[in-house]
Amino acid sequence: MTLDTTTGTPSSISIALIGSGGSGVMTAGSMLLDAAGRSHWYAYMTRSSGPQIRGGEAAALIRISNTPIESHDNRFDILLAIDWRNAERFAGEIPLDSDSLIVADPDGGDIPDKINAMGARCCELPMKALCKNITGGRPNMIALGAIASLVGLPEQSLIDVLTKVLKNKGEEVITSSTEAIQAGISACDSLPSCPSLNPPEPHAAKRLNITGNEAVGIGALRGGVRFVAAYPITPATEVLEWLAPMLDKVGGVLVQAEDELSSVNQIIGASFGGVPALTATSGPGLALMMESIGLAVAAEVPIVVVNVMRGGPSTGIPTKSEQTDLNIALYGLHGEAPHLVVAPTSVADCLFTTQWAVQLAEALQTAAIVLSDQSLGQTRAVLDRPADLALMERRNVPTKIGPDYKRYAVTPSGISPMALPGTTGGQYTADGLEHNEAGTPSSQAEDHLTQLDKRHTKLHGYNFGDHWADIEGEGDIAVITWGSSSGPVREALSQRHNKERNVRLICMRLLSPEQPEKMEAALEGVERILVVEQSHSGQFYRYLRAHYDLPAESKAFHRPGPLPIRPFEVHRELAEWE
Amino acid sequence: MGMNMNDAASTTALAPKDYKSSVKPVWCPGCGDFSVLSAITKALAHMGLNPEDVAVVSGIGCSSRIPAYLNTYGFHGLHGRALPLATGLKVARPDLTVLVAGGDGDGFSIGGNHFLHACRRNIDLTYIVMDNQVYGMTKGQASPTTAPDWARSKMTPHGPGINPFHPLIIALGAGANFIARVSSHDPNGTAKTIVEAIRHPGFSFVHVLSPCVTYQPEQREWKKLVRPAPVEATSDAGRAARRLLTDDNLYLGVLYHGDRETYRPRFETTKVDPSQLEQEFII
Ligand SMILES: Cc1ncc(C[n+]2csc(CCOP(=O)(O)OP(=O)(O)O)c2C)c(N)n1
Repeated sequence: MTLDTTTGTPSSISIALIGSGGSGVMTAGSMLLDAAGRSHWYAYMTRSSGPQIRGGEAAALIRISNTPIESHDNRFDILLAIDWRNAERFAGEIPLDSDSLIVADPDGGDIPDKINAMGARCCELPMKALCKNITGGRPNMIALGAIASLVGLPEQSLIDVLTKVLKNKGEEVITSSTEAIQAGISACDSLPSCPSLNPPEPHAAKRLNITGNEAVGIGALRGGVRFVAAYPITPATEVLEWLAPMLDKVGGVLVQAEDELSSVNQIIGASFGGVPALTATSGPGLALMMESIGLAVAAEVPIVVVNVMRGGPSTGIPTKSEQTDLNIALYGLHGEAPHLVVAPTSVADCLFTTQWAVQLAEALQTAAIVLSDQSLGQTRAVLDRPADLALMERRNVPTKIGPDYKRYAVTPSGISPMALPGTTGGQYTADGLEHNEAGTPSSQAEDHLTQLDKRHTKLHGYNFGDHWADIEGEGDIAVITWGSSSGPVREALSQRHNKERNVRLICMRLLSPEQPEKMEAALEGVERILVVEQSHSGQFYRYLRAHYDLPAESKAFHRPGPLPIRPFEVHRELAEWE
Repeated sequence: MGMNMNDAASTTALAPKDYKSSVKPVWCPGCGDFSVLSAITKALAHMGLNPEDVAVVSGIGCSSRIPAYLNTYGFHGLHGRALPLATGLKVARPDLTVLVAGGDGDGFSIGGNHFLHACRRNIDLTYIVMDNQVYGMTKGQASPTTAPDWARSKMTPHGPGINPFHPLIIALGAGANFIARVSSHDPNGTAKTIVEAIRHPGFSFVHVLSPCVTYQPEQREWKKLVRPAPVEATSDAGRAARRLLTDDNLYLGVLYHGDRETYRPRFETTKVDPSQLEQEFII
């Protein structure tokens, strides 16, 4: 729970629902999130589950708040267990303390030692037993009613969500679920008290209930993507599953490829034909694509590769997050291949950053890698609807071609007009071999230097404006972070109220090409730097050290996944400097 | 998508030379690929296609150099990846005539998986493989079609020792819709088959015996050994399979033409504005 600084009442509450296969905790969790959104709260939910493909133990980790949220809190206020089968595996993900409340079904088995050891208060809610009096009643709906009532969610919002979710299941199911929810609400009276949220402020602005992967999909379409080729991989698949039917509607298409080598080359082909194109993958797929991304750079064909990072190396931890594909994204291309690497800084920002990446790739005729991750991609959140990024620039496509047309002509910006097949007089061969301005293969030193300079100038001479980073606050200490680590860092800084020293926050969105002058300006007056990232080796810190002038006193907090970075870890680092 | 830029039929007739670029080939004198280049230009001229409405996509290898020698649009991509690149192009731009060209190493070794799936996907592409049973560009290593006892590569001094790949049978099994073999010593015959292949809907596979005079000089003899297949082309896959299983790799002609439906992803013409798709998320 996070306290509101002015009133001292909670501004957010964290709840974990756990249960084994078929217990329906995910359904209950999603409905809780939806109901909170309808009641004008912000909400944030991640899922955790065992290795089974279907069924198996699962946890819905939810936070509800009066203010926008981008990460979990340090601890959970409530842990509700329908049963405890294999639940010890979640102990690390659900930190509890003596103020936390465990709500357990007495028929669900014993509380695992690892969870008991955290010292939370315990109480019983006989969910299975209460169901016996309700035909078709299910324990997860009892749980939903009880939790909603504990935190102060109005009953009507639950009924509204229920009616929407179950509308195809028939009247009987709706009736029994409603009864179960109501039984949960009544049973709540017997539970120990628990802090509840202040009623939220009604708001006029539109809010979305969306995952990062879906937001990537919207960003892609807003950016103009109409061709997608991809091979399924966790945790990127939802991007593709959302996009496939949506592309149908906007006059585009998704092709399921035979592998990632195929998907990335298909998008290069489509884009060569003039259609903005994207693929989405995760680490193992990105590794397979590297040679082809270099081709897009050399042949100057715009493409976007969304990489939803998971734990690595190798097959790693497919269902958990880590920020460890930074090195391969920045440095994995052979030869010298300037390209774009961008990273969303929140679930909402997945939309903006993907749209931006498409526009940049198109305008600069190069490859863009978008580094999202499992924790952004698979988190479902209730958030303010991101504004549409006004269209900045399109691909430079000539409609009339002069007699001296050269596809790779040197221009002041480095960007040369790209003739599309079908255009009379524009015929050229796109080539990954080094070439001269006309595109003819060449191994001459002059041609190599000319084209290297051209491809460098395109990116390094371009003004990326303010979008290169989100910069917040003032102060002589700065925290520099990126991607999904931005959420817990922001959270940590927002909790620093009575501290003397202000802290500046820099969440980098543009990782390549690097922006040393902008960083210098952003760091003016800063004496100390804390770098925060989720990697074992400190990839981001090393990257910053290599490309930027950092103040002498800088340190890095970096640790691997799969556990998310918590705000207190950032506090602890900053406390050493107070 | 699917911009229609120019009509296919040209008003002034173009000659084969109009499809050639001014770039000089890197090939060795006598290389079979010269006549394949000439056959492609003849085929395009015969069909009266505008050079700007044709795209030739290739991988890496001596044979894969072909796009730069043509005055069409071209893409000289990565070793083994020509087929997927062409797939993306053709799906995005169904108005174009897309040819894919390359070598046996490019198509059957490093690109083998894409070959299977391109046959299976049956997109309207024409795939021309110049088979010289060797890696020419990297100077003479065994390829998937090299004989097991061919012991002239330093990398496999005792010969590759494994059975060669049979591209036509594989193409049939994987679902190609048109399968033919031609010989580069006959550019007119090759041109005629390429025209048929382009006209045939779906994925057309043209296997060209194209000698490497440098690393496989005895392939010069191919022109004496090749002969027309003794039977007509069939659309019966079972008969084609039996025929191909006894094939000695030297029969020429169209061996199979099927009527499998071409994979053409559906493009909705009534388009919804993307902003409407966000409605489902709005609370
Ligand atoms: C990923 C990759 N591996 C290896 C090579 C080296 N390489 C270039 S061409 C080639 C083989 C070409 O043989 P083939 O496709 O039969 O064409 P040919 O030169 O005989 O026409 C190889 C192995 C490469 N370019 N890329």
